[in-house]
Amino acid sequence: MNLQALFEPKTMAVIGVSLTNSRHPANVIYSKNHLRYPVTVFPVNPRGGTLQGERVFANISEIPERVDLAVIAARAEYVPDILSDCIQAGAGGAVVVSGGFAESGRQDLQDRIVTIAKDEGFPFIGPNCLGIYTPSHMDTFFLPSERMVRPDPGNVALVSQSGGILVDQIIKFSGEGIGLSRAVSIGNKALIGELDLLNYFAEDTETHVIAFYVEGFGRREGRDFVLAASQCPKPVIILKAGKSPGGSRAVSSHTASLAGDYETFSTIISQHGVVEAKNEFELVSFCESLSCYQQPIEGRIGIVTGSGGHGALAVDVCSAHGLSVPTFSEHAQTEIRKNLSSSVQSIASVANPIDLTGSAIDDDFVLATSYLSRRKEIDCIVVLLLPYLPGITSDLGVRLSQIYQQEHKPLVAYVPHLEKYGMLIEGFELNRIPVSPSIEGAVLMAEALRRNKPC
Amino acid sequence: MLTTEIRDIISASKERGWVLEPEAKRLCSLAGLTVPRFAWTTGLEDAVRFAREIGYPVVAKVISPQVLHKSDVGGVVVDIDSDEKLREAFHRFSQITGFTGMLVEEMVSGIQLIAGAKIDYQFGLVILLGVGGTGVEIYRDVTMRMAPLKPKDVAFMVRALKAHQLLEGYRGSEPISMSELTRTMVAFSDLVMDLEELIESIDLNPITCSSDRCVVADARIMLTAEKA
Repeated sequence: MNLQALFEPKTMAVIGVSLTNSRHPANVIYSKNHLRYPVTVFPVNPRGGTLQGERVFANISEIPERVDLAVIAARAEYVPDILSDCIQAGAGGAVVVSGGFAESGRQDLQDRIVTIAKDEGFPFIGPNCLGIYTPSHMDTFFLPSERMVRPDPGNVALVSQSGGILVDQIIKFSGEGIGLSRAVSIGNKALIGELDLLNYFAEDTETHVIAFYVEGFGRREGRDFVLAASQCPKPVIILKAGKSPGGSRAVSSHTASLAGDYETFSTIISQHGVVEAKNEFELVSFCESLSCYQQPIEGRIGIVTGSGGHGALAVDVCSAHGLSVPTFSEHAQTEIRKNLSSSVQSIASVANPIDLTGSAIDDDFVLATSYLSRRKEIDCIVVLLLPYLPGITSDLGVRLSQIYQQEHKPLVAYVPHLEKYGMLIEGFELNRIPVSPSIEGAVLMAEALRRNKPC
Repeated sequence: MLTTEIRDIISASKERGWVLEPEAKRLCSLAGLTVPRFAWTTGLEDAVRFAREIGYPVVAKVISPQVLHKSDVGGVVVDIDSDEKLREAFHRFSQITGFTGMLVEEMVSGIQLIAGAKIDYQFGLVILLGVGGTGVEIYRDVTMRMAPLKPKDVAFMVRALKAHQLLEGYRGSEPISMSELTRTMVAFSDLVMDLEELIESIDLNPITCSSDRCVVADARIMLTAEKA
């Protein structure tokens, strides 16, 4: 099944538009694509007529061009016939937004549309979903544009069983400056599920990181998924809901009790190199970090800070995650210290963390970071920046990014108060260095690189 | 491949839903796993004769189709070093509901591990390895892997346990035989792959491992519910 038409359609049909209700989901989808995206959109309603001065087609077969993507937002009982019409008309694929299938007791209706599509090798997403979002190209979300936050185009693909979680994550991505390649809400995943999208995004040149929100896999689907993920050259991240044991199911063996559903899930995905995000915060941090760096590290962290307290908290988070913060040799410490500016030379602590103190200037951060970039005992650098220190300027983001461009040792930064220090942050992010608004987040970004391998 | 004898053991246990310990041990042994020398005795004289034959100390366990958890009903006595103690155990066991005999077996010593298998809905057949014995659900020091296991998978599993240092020889103690543990786990994996359609879960607990062998000292095989 070729999914290309789903993600980069040139022509779309929106089936089920209302002639009277402009807030109908189909109308919202029609309007946003018609007015704001570089796609040609055709509204469809069996009654025909006009919508916003455009002809409404009574059937997809009447549309004069070949339709790449049909978005179906009609009542569930009409969907099987509509799907057959789409196939007949030679459409490339569909998104079935409509609910009223397995989730509300109509497994039979769902089975029917799967059979129709499978027989013809016709791909569709859903039903009961928001569908697809391809930044700057098109989206099938029935959410008015002015209510949506629009993230920049980027290289992370996000797949979610829940539409609500997906939109929330898009908002968070936007806030953190993480670019999105595609976002997909798969709803009931009747035909196309996580495995199909993993396989598609593994080949998709726009996508470098593939992240999933999963409530559960179908029978033995998890096995097929991890086997495919272990062959995937791109980082795969999963946030799993439903971690607590499901009720008081009686278990008669120790194995059944110890290898609970979630324990098994967590253990097995990590063995296959899938990065498990334990919560939304980890998901965002991991996506940001892995969208910049993909080489796995062992987890030997060098910390550069302008405050002893920040360094100490970062060490705590490192040790909680099994990352080491090796102490530098006397020789290395002397090397670092001798080049520091005169105001901090005698007061800085250089054992790791390197605490440059509140008197540090940009040059001290640059020097310490360059030095760590060349040390073999360190495989990732965490820089804790306090932009309110008098010696720090907004140029520091760019200057530290240049060190990465030269030395290629992964570097992550912590900068507080996002809006106020925007220029410093952009100095990092526009040069593909991830920045977290919290110390813990910065350490998690390093942790993502360690976990991005079978363990 | 399953032997006829293994199939017979499973089908004879189908109605009960699980396999009696002596039969489970026989099944393990047919699959190439090491089990202690044991006998299913129904009379005291048999029991004493077998205990003398293998030499004290021995372990005695109740056999009853109505007792799945033997320790919970006082149905296990270890370190029996005389005819007298064996007799005491026999008399006590004979009062337990459903008593159909007493298992007498050789005492084995070493580090107790658990190996298990279960059919996971999302991942299919999954194999577990962990620290075993009666405290298994207290320590919860276990790891899992999808079947089938290859020898290198066993090495990964051992390293994933908090107790891996204990297995590798801790503070002067002898390490357990990794080659025997590997052989045991791979043979177990092969067995459960063949049994996949028939079982719900299996506990081999404990597997008692020493520097020269890994012995399956108890096995609990839960069968899938009979289809109506």
